[in-house]
Amino acid sequence: MKKKSFLDIVSENTFIHILLSIILGFLIGAIFLAVMGLSVGNAYGRLINSVTSLKGFSYVVVYSVPYIVAGLSVAFSFKTGVFNIGAEGQFVVGAMGAAVTSILLPDLPKPVLIPLCFAAAIVMGALWGIIVAILKTKRGINEVLSMIMFNWIAFYLSNFIAGIPGIKNEGSAEATKSISANASMLLPKDFIKSAGLAPTANWGILVAILITALIWIVIEKTTLGYELKAVGSNKFAAEYGGINVNRSILTALGISGGMAGLAGALYLMGMGNRISVFSSQEGFGFAGIVVALIGCSNPFGVFVAGLFYGALMYGGSKLNLEGAPTQLINVIVGTVVFFIAISVIFRNLKYLKRKTGKGKEAMKA
Amino acid sequence: MSKEHVDMSVPVIEMRNIVKKFGDFVANDGINLTVHKGEIHAILGENGAGKSTLMNQLYGLLKPTSGDILVNGKKIVMNNPRDAINAGIGMVHQHFMLVQPFTVTENIVLGSEPMKGLTVDMKKARQNVKELSERYGLAIDPDAKIEDISVGMQQRVEILKALYRGADILILDEPTSSLTPQEIVELIQIMHNLTGDGKSIILITHKLKEIKESADFCTIIRMGKYIDTVDVDQVDENDLASMMVGRKVTFQVDKPPIKRGPVVLDVKNLHGVDYRGVEILKGLNLQVHAGEIVGIAGIDGNGQTELVEILTGLRKGTAGEATVNGVSIYNKSPAFGFAHGVSSIPADRQKHGLVLDFSIEDNLILQNYEKDPFARSKILQRDAILKHATQSISDYDIRPGNSEKRPAGTLSGGNQQKVIIAREVQNDKDLLIAVNPTRGLDVGAIEYVHQYIVQQRNKGKAVLLVSFELDEIMSLSDVIDVIFDGKIVSSIPGGQADENELGLLMAGGKPA
Repeated sequence: MKKKSFLDIVSENTFIHILLSIILGFLIGAIFLAVMGLSVGNAYGRLINSVTSLKGFSYVVVYSVPYIVAGLSVAFSFKTGVFNIGAEGQFVVGAMGAAVTSILLPDLPKPVLIPLCFAAAIVMGALWGIIVAILKTKRGINEVLSMIMFNWIAFYLSNFIAGIPGIKNEGSAEATKSISANASMLLPKDFIKSAGLAPTANWGILVAILITALIWIVIEKTTLGYELKAVGSNKFAAEYGGINVNRSILTALGISGGMAGLAGALYLMGMGNRISVFSSQEGFGFAGIVVALIGCSNPFGVFVAGLFYGALMYGGSKLNLEGAPTQLINVIVGTVVFFIAISVIFRNLKYLKRKTGKGKEAMKA
Repeated sequence: MSKEHVDMSVPVIEMRNIVKKFGDFVANDGINLTVHKGEIHAILGENGAGKSTLMNQLYGLLKPTSGDILVNGKKIVMNNPRDAINAGIGMVHQHFMLVQPFTVTENIVLGSEPMKGLTVDMKKARQNVKELSERYGLAIDPDAKIEDISVGMQQRVEILKALYRGADILILDEPTSSLTPQEIVELIQIMHNLTGDGKSIILITHKLKEIKESADFCTIIRMGKYIDTVDVDQVDENDLASMMVGRKVTFQVDKPPIKRGPVVLDVKNLHGVDYRGVEILKGLNLQVHAGEIVGIAGIDGNGQTELVEILTGLRKGTAGEATVNGVSIYNKSPAFGFAHGVSSIPADRQKHGLVLDFSIEDNLILQNYEKDPFARSKILQRDAILKHATQSISDYDIRPGNSEKRPAGTLSGGNQQKVIIAREVQNDKDLLIAVNPTRGLDVGAIEYVHQYIVQQRNKGKAVLLVSFELDEIMSLSDVIDVIFDGKIVSSIPGGQADENELGLLMAGGKPA
């Protein structure tokens, strides 16, 4: 038996491939640091130290929650054969749905208001996804194009709502009012202080864990997951087998959109507290695409990838203490995604190898 | 057949003592092949005998473990298909390598596009393609999208693709598997034109008749081993078959006498349009009774594709009626048809029959994933699904064994077909629609598929068989309905059909 080549291992084992991409990302980041005349050790040391302390780690967890859930949204869409590039807009309308609910009904008790805000966010996000799905199934409009446009509609809609009297902050800030304390997911102040956690420490991570498990169950264990995956892999065979393809696309984008909307609510009710008038797209939904790619569209992989991404974002904000630009993190993330995305090349190389494998299968048959 | 066009003094391809191992497994064990200029050389062997492995080495997709490849007398090492193309070797694969949303022209010129400045000169490309298709008599619509055209036309596009790249040595992998008898005659004529022009052709096939009709020499491979190279004129079909499988083969299908029951499928005055919106079904009438096999014989493009698509719910008819056991299935969804007694073996197994990324166990429940015992309260019951797969794999001899969790895409074509047959026969509906069920399968697998189709008939099911293999139609059908120009023009009892008469009717001629 021939020894496996490096290429074989990288192309066959997604985990190793992703790990390699991450290492390459940091290597390229190191080159940038070196060129700028900064100490690679100090910068990366700061990055690691800032996320490994208890307080730092609690920050990472807080940062990660919206990334994880947005990542699950995109990963779910990948599994079902649509590319939800509209997670950005669904995130925005979801956050706004939760904000408006909480601002208009501030006095509802916590156990009612929080689920209601979640529901509003999910409905808004799902709606944003389903409109695009209807345009696709009824009118044949390419979903990627309409999603990108819907991201902008969400952006301006959010800015518009943030300026409506009653929603708008009465102070000078260009933002909505703060959400009701009854809609906040923050842990008790005393507890945060005594435990030495980040001031925005909240229990959103529990929701993220729950959603991760739920999405995994839907994809792997239910007939719905079977249907959606069948349509995603081969819609012709799915249709031939009696699955309603259009309904599946609607369902897939509805669920994916709902998740992105929920991610928006988790961000708002966990750390955001209010929605500012945006000057540019904030990029949580786009980050979801990155997280889904790093996590290989596997729900548990996405969970870990979301934590990783959160760590980079939080740790990266500390880099300027070493004189390094925080944008370095974007260089690293960009490089990682680049190397993961060129898995297409790995796969194609593997495809040629697989043809040999195919001969072998045929021989056995 | 005279061999005057073959220049025996000039070997264009020599493969010497080729050995190819995958791990411990020997796929090719010392194979020799010599092809001369102007020769049609058939390579005969069962599915999995190692034909494709051998050809993939010649086309640069695989490297031999040992042995030499000589092109025009020069030893060369091919690292990839680009090297093979540069050496003048072109290959037409059995499973088409076409970009579905692209047009015929775009597919043919892909990678060698004529340029105008920085842009592709589509006008010139279209012109080139048209000239090429006319020169070799391969009728195509240069502007049609691949996803809209028939399997037969896709095959012609593949052949044109290789010719467009200026191949002198053409490897044709099962080129006739989707062609009608008339088209096969034309293709053989084209092949002879090509060899007359000094080109050489390697023909991978398991159709003995075509070898007899077209090839000069034939190399037989069995279980990876070189058996012999014979002068085709010196052997008959039975000799070739026994050399291929290593035992005597029967071509006859055993069928007990027909026990015809009530009408199951009743199609009345069916009208429909093709992908271009042109009317192609023009008032078709058809009946299939319980316990009989009705074969539809016809040349590709006379409406049989659209007929099947309408009956299986993939296409809407424009007028007419179709009932199964008295229930209208006309212009309903595939799920409705399935629920009311229609199961089918689709023409394109990789497009409609299987989700290639799905495991075999998941493919086996494609229409039943929501039903007990495979799912309860919308939760898939993996144990039941696995058990069903294990049973089906053993009952239907799907190979390799223990393959329940393997993606269907990793199986050979014959075994993919067995997965579909296992599923559809177990669905056990009153009507089975089988479209080209043995396309690309070897003699052994064909025997097997036929056996299952006849078994459904014997169980009192109605079978509608649509096939471009006239032999298949003739050997299986109780009634042969000839389709021409969107109508059934003639209905002949199976036992009384004559190939020439059928061919005439299929071409629109009047019965004698």
